[in-house]
Amino acid sequence: MNYIYELHRTMMAQKVILVYEGDFTQETTKSILSMAERNLDSSGEDSGIKRKVFNVMVEALQNIVKHSSEQGMRAGSLLSKSAIFLISKDDKQYCVMTGNPIAKGSVARLTQNLNDLNNKDKEGLKEMYKDIIKNTQISEKGGAGLGFVDMARKSGEKLEFMFADLDAEHDFFCLKVNISREKE
Amino acid sequence: MEILNLKGTEDTPTIILDQKNGIFEISGRSLPEDSAEFYKPVLEWIKAYGAAANASTDFTFKLEYFNTASSKLILDVLSALEDIKGMKILWYFHDDDEDMEEAGQEFSELVEIPFEFKTY
Repeated sequence: MNYIYELHRTMMAQKVILVYEGDFTQETTKSILSMAERNLDSSGEDSGIKRKVFNVMVEALQNIVKHSSEQGMRAGSLLSKSAIFLISKDDKQYCVMTGNPIAKGSVARLTQNLNDLNNKDKEGLKEMYKDIIKNTQISEKGGAGLGFVDMARKSGEKLEFMFADLDAEHDFFCLKVNISREKE
Repeated sequence: MEILNLKGTEDTPTIILDQKNGIFEISGRSLPEDSAEFYKPVLEWIKAYGAAANASTDFTFKLEYFNTASSKLILDVLSALEDIKGMKILWYFHDDDEDMEEAGQEFSELVEIPFEFKTY
């Protein structure tokens, strides 16, 4: 049972505020948001930074919800539903991280999308946002393909990501979004 | 016309559409799981209103936060309002919320309706 102590130490060392692992739905999203929000409020964080963190959290969580339900319908497996969300905070920044399984077949396109985003400056991202919102029909699960663009815009930083090999059909997609605590 | 009155929740906005009293307002937080479904009655209401609209309409957006799935639907709402004569959008944002101000500016560039920006 030593692992709980190890887990505790890791979380302390990484300055984790909140971590959730498991099945993601709109209901869990709301609970996570309200817990994280309470933490931001009680720490007296600047309201502008608080809003940005909230914003990134919503998009990150809803991305997982949307993706895991699509994935679950296809695969019908438990594996496809288990994902992780965490938020940490140090003196300089907040960090929102997510990890969820995705089909290996989606990796190339996702990598391309994220690299495209990361190569754009503020104006480029704004144009991309307007272009998507104008020209895309909302997909069945209510996503508009805008989540990553919005996270990049609100954070003002590059989206960090990696893929870990999970099994023959899946990779584990890890995403990290930093939100600076220094006011512009 | 019947009044559309939706009480806000932690993930959906308060919506009041009241032709008789001239109140047209969407306020609060908008991050529903299924934004298309949530905004459907709003779009239907606006469509019906357009057939016999008041001479002038001030439509208020006073949003604290909206997710990207809602932003697409907000554009759909604005596009529906675009066809109604005498339409004006009052876009409220918290005085230190540059992102909400910018979001309003972007919407104003996507539709042909006058926007008035106000802080609260």
